[in-house]
Amino acid sequence: MELESARLIGMALAAGLGVLGPAIGIGLIGNGAMQAIGRNPEASGKIASNMILAIVFAEALGILAIVVSFIIKFV
Amino acid sequence: MHESSIHVVLKAEQLGTLFGLPITNSLLMSWLVVILLSGFAVFFRHTIKLIPGKLQTSIEWVFGSALDYIAQVLESKKLAQRFFPFLATIFLFILLANVLKFFPGVGSVGIYHGAELLPLLHAPSADLNFTLALAFIAFFTIEIAGLAALGFFKYSAKYVNLTSPINFIVGIIEFISNVGRLISFSFRLFGNIFAGKVMLVVIAAFAPYVIPVPFILFEVFIGVIQALVFAMLSLFFIKLAMMAPHGAEAH
Repeated sequence: MELESARLIGMALAAGLGVLGPAIGIGLIGNGAMQAIGRNPEASGKIASNMILAIVFAEALGILAIVVSFIIKFV
Repeated sequence: MHESSIHVVLKAEQLGTLFGLPITNSLLMSWLVVILLSGFAVFFRHTIKLIPGKLQTSIEWVFGSALDYIAQVLESKKLAQRFFPFLATIFLFILLANVLKFFPGVGSVGIYHGAELLPLLHAPSADLNFTLALAFIAFFTIEIAGLAALGFFKYSAKYVNLTSPINFIVGIIEFISNVGRLISFSFRLFGNIFAGKVMLVVIAAFAPYVIPVPFILFEVFIGVIQALVFAMLSLFFIKLAMMAPHGAEAH
């Protein structure tokens, strides 16, 4: 297998599999936040800002996977 | 790169050297952001009146609510006033850098070197040097804030904890995760902006006419959120660093 096709496959795999985990994680965080808001609509401001914070942590790992895939293809 | 028509660069192109240090186009654009921010600050300073006009009222409102939020998180007005310049500067700097990159001319106006275009301006947050520098500044501020609040021995007792083997390992893990914040801060900002830039380039290569507009809107939103997140995370980590070590409080 030549280097170019290996790079393409590596980039696709890194991006695709890498964002699988964070996507599920963000969904779970959103689920927890929605349930908490449903139980206590008055605290929705605090819950929403904490949710954004947790989502940012999970998203950072997904972004790491995307950056790795770009490095594979373009460097 | 190779024969693809989509031109994506991971490293900002170098424009020249100044006293032996390379000057890249993203450095040029971050200087532009600094000049714009400080110019606006100097201009605004001269127009402050006792009975405020619209601009002064809105800026006072934004700064006041940010200061209140920081005071609420840090639980002390004095500490909030001490850290407010740092957090607000980080937020405004990243915000302006992220919003300015959508102006026409950034990335397209440049010098021709043979057949390749060398852009004069390049989004600073899409350069890892910029985000790494900001991450270092935030990291040192967090550590020094913790050291100043707790004193050297109490602060290092959080990481070098010799009371029991488990606590020792936990201390080491906490120390490593503190240093890991450098990576996470820089790569979060860099990855978000860079991935957005590549997405926009790809969409513009396929459907250049009306389709990119909602995506550009989305990227502006992401840029604002990332600036907010950087400042908020620094705030939370400062609060965490100033808390007493684990054994001293009941969990």
